[in-house]
Amino acid sequence: MTTTLESPTGVDVDAPADTVVARPNRITGSRAAEQPATWASGKANPIAHLSPDDIEAIGKELDALRDEVIASRGESDAKYIRRVITVQRSIELVSRAILLFSKFPPAFFVGTAGLTVAKILENTEIGHNILHGQWDWMRDPKIHSTKWEWDFASPAEQWKKSHNVGHHTFTNVIGMDNDLGYNILRVDPDQEWKLGFLFQPVTNLLNALFFEYGIAAYDLDIKGWKEGTKSDKEFRADLRKVFKKIRTQMTKDYLVHPLLSGPSFLSTLLANAIANTVRNVWTHSVIFCGHFPEGVETFETDSIDDETRGEWYLRQMLGSANISGSRAMHIMTGNLSHQIEHHLFPDLPSNRYAQIAPRIRALMERHNLTYVTGPLPKQVASAWGKVFKYAVPNKQPGHSRVAEVGGAVRAAAVDAARGVGKVARNVGVRLRRSSRPNRFAQVTA
Amino acid sequence: MDTSERTKPDSRGFGGFARRTAGMVGQSARKLAEAMATPLLPEDFLGLIDPMRFGADLRGRVVDVRRETPSATSLVIRPGRGWRRPTPGQYIRVGFEVNGVRLWRAYSLTGPVDADTVSITVRAIPDGKVSNHVLNRVRPGQLVYLDQAAGDFVLPDPAPERLLFLTAGSGITPVMGILRNHSRATADIVVVHSAPTAEEMLFREELRHLGETGRIRFLERITGRDAGEVRLPAHRIGDVVPDWQERHTWACGPTGLLDEADAHWEANGIAERLHTERFRPRVTAVGDGGEIDFSASGTLVTADAGTTILDAGEQAGVLMPSGCRMGICFNCVAPLREGSVRDLRTGELTTAVPEDPVLVQTCVSAAAGPCQIVL
Repeated sequence: MTTTLESPTGVDVDAPADTVVARPNRITGSRAAEQPATWASGKANPIAHLSPDDIEAIGKELDALRDEVIASRGESDAKYIRRVITVQRSIELVSRAILLFSKFPPAFFVGTAGLTVAKILENTEIGHNILHGQWDWMRDPKIHSTKWEWDFASPAEQWKKSHNVGHHTFTNVIGMDNDLGYNILRVDPDQEWKLGFLFQPVTNLLNALFFEYGIAAYDLDIKGWKEGTKSDKEFRADLRKVFKKIRTQMTKDYLVHPLLSGPSFLSTLLANAIANTVRNVWTHSVIFCGHFPEGVETFETDSIDDETRGEWYLRQMLGSANISGSRAMHIMTGNLSHQIEHHLFPDLPSNRYAQIAPRIRALMERHNLTYVTGPLPKQVASAWGKVFKYAVPNKQPGHSRVAEVGGAVRAAAVDAARGVGKVARNVGVRLRRSSRPNRFAQVTA
Repeated sequence: MDTSERTKPDSRGFGGFARRTAGMVGQSARKLAEAMATPLLPEDFLGLIDPMRFGADLRGRVVDVRRETPSATSLVIRPGRGWRRPTPGQYIRVGFEVNGVRLWRAYSLTGPVDADTVSITVRAIPDGKVSNHVLNRVRPGQLVYLDQAAGDFVLPDPAPERLLFLTAGSGITPVMGILRNHSRATADIVVVHSAPTAEEMLFREELRHLGETGRIRFLERITGRDAGEVRLPAHRIGDVVPDWQERHTWACGPTGLLDEADAHWEANGIAERLHTERFRPRVTAVGDGGEIDFSASGTLVTADAGTTILDAGEQAGVLMPSGCRMGICFNCVAPLREGSVRDLRTGELTTAVPEDPVLVQTCVSAAAGPCQIVL
């Protein structure tokens, strides 16, 4: 074979796209339904004031906006992501070099700060967004959602499944979007209260400090495995991958680089621990601000039956919250400060969110929909407020919340006593039956 | 020393010990560098310093851009370290970044191979993304991606004394690569070449000069754009080259020419004297719906324009990766190796050729003509 100079028959690979065909997508085909004022549970429907025509028009307008950005995507966007990657790697390289001498306090401070910034950029503006397929269009195998691996405890493959499918598809639908509290927090009055939620301010603080491990555990879908939707075999395979990933990550940060620092071993180790922890707290805060501040809507499973594209867009807009701030702040959040725009168009390049944000805001205001946004401290406080507020059961007239908590404590105590007895019996049986070690049994116990 | 020990020179004696030690040190250094860089590779950091260094993905720097005809451009590219010397007549795959998108195309090498550069010649076709990019946007100093040269359209060593090159259009490019490297003045070479107009004929001056100086016998044929007879029919080769049967022939050009030549040489019982280089047939027909070839599982499915590749594959029992099924999560991405698919959200057409497969989202793409998905 030789050249591509000629195309004697057929259609040339270079030919531009021709006419646009109808869009028989599963969420574009049907027409929006009349909106009920409230859902089955009696919860108010935030889009009750919109007619099916309004919803259809919003869907079309947003589709057109998406097409517009895609048509103008090009060289300058490619330059942007490559520049971010180059800057990030340079900061990391220089910071790591400085940390070789971390025994000296100035080197320690500069190196730790640099490494923290590099690690944050790597996870947010680079990793998260590449794994969303935002840069797949460049056809660069080095910057592609199928090839990228990130500096994070959860393997990219597993994170993509839980995050992109569960969360981005079923955003804020109670019972379907596990990001709504990550199965460990109660952040909405419609989520059922359990005793464990009483301690959720502490749970959440720990979650913030060890966020990447929390996400890794979450991406493992332990809940699904316990409930039987994920097979033992699959779970074990995923677990091995997570352990391997965590091992290589920890070896790098807590062994290889400290050892290379020689006499600065301990201070370099500390620098890495600080960088990882600060990043954990930062990403946790940013992500918390995306869906948990006051004003963000949650949805029920019946609201997504026969959902149209317009309705889907509306759920994304109403179920997300932005963070206002400087350009540097937006980049450090991976443009997740434009959470609303990101949820509408998860695969558009992140550098374009700021550009379309004013138009999204105008569209929402035109339709009397609330565009939730605010500075980072305010949004973080608001999200944390919910963590405290929903740690206790909902207030209901003629109902004592103290009695409810007390009842739950008693029930838990009885359960625990039974559980201890059962475990003791099981252990006895197992000891009698076999003395062979079973690593997996230990993990699952 | 026992002679039997000498059979394993690599593992015995001081030299072997030194080599093994060096190997182990090298491997350990590599392991250490990997542990330092994970989840990236050490190369990703080295790339910041020198993108063309040894061991990196092969790249080249454009050192010269020459306009051959109003629509054809020659590029002289200096490959990075790791480049292996090609054989004249071979082709290379070149990846250009066209408006931010990396697109790969294959081109015959047209320059001398003993220099540390390679040359290719690209003719722009209407609406061609890559060819027009080369025509209008490529400048000296830019970096391109490269693959090692490949292809067997090459002269044997030693080359036959009497040669015939039968070409049309841009089929002259690999032949030019051979001619520019074939220094033997004694060889008896005939070149029969057709082009639509004199102006569009690539390398016309150079070919004529070679003809005038006696290096080759050059028979050119200007066919005109809409002429009924587009070029010399292969079976009339005897009219212009009476001793054609005694020559070894290398033919390159449009499919029609090569099919005719195959048939004619075969009919004369000298098929072994014909060596052809085919333009990869570009019959990536575009339509609504089409046959999807899931090549890894060997499944063929016919799907209409409204059925996603994901649905079609699943219905046929292909093990399809999937996720959100609405174009968001990128878990269903699979390589489109050949053919066209249409994005059901935007109507946008994506076309791939085997030299440049594209990853597509199967959950929002439908077949637009026959296509091959590697699943």
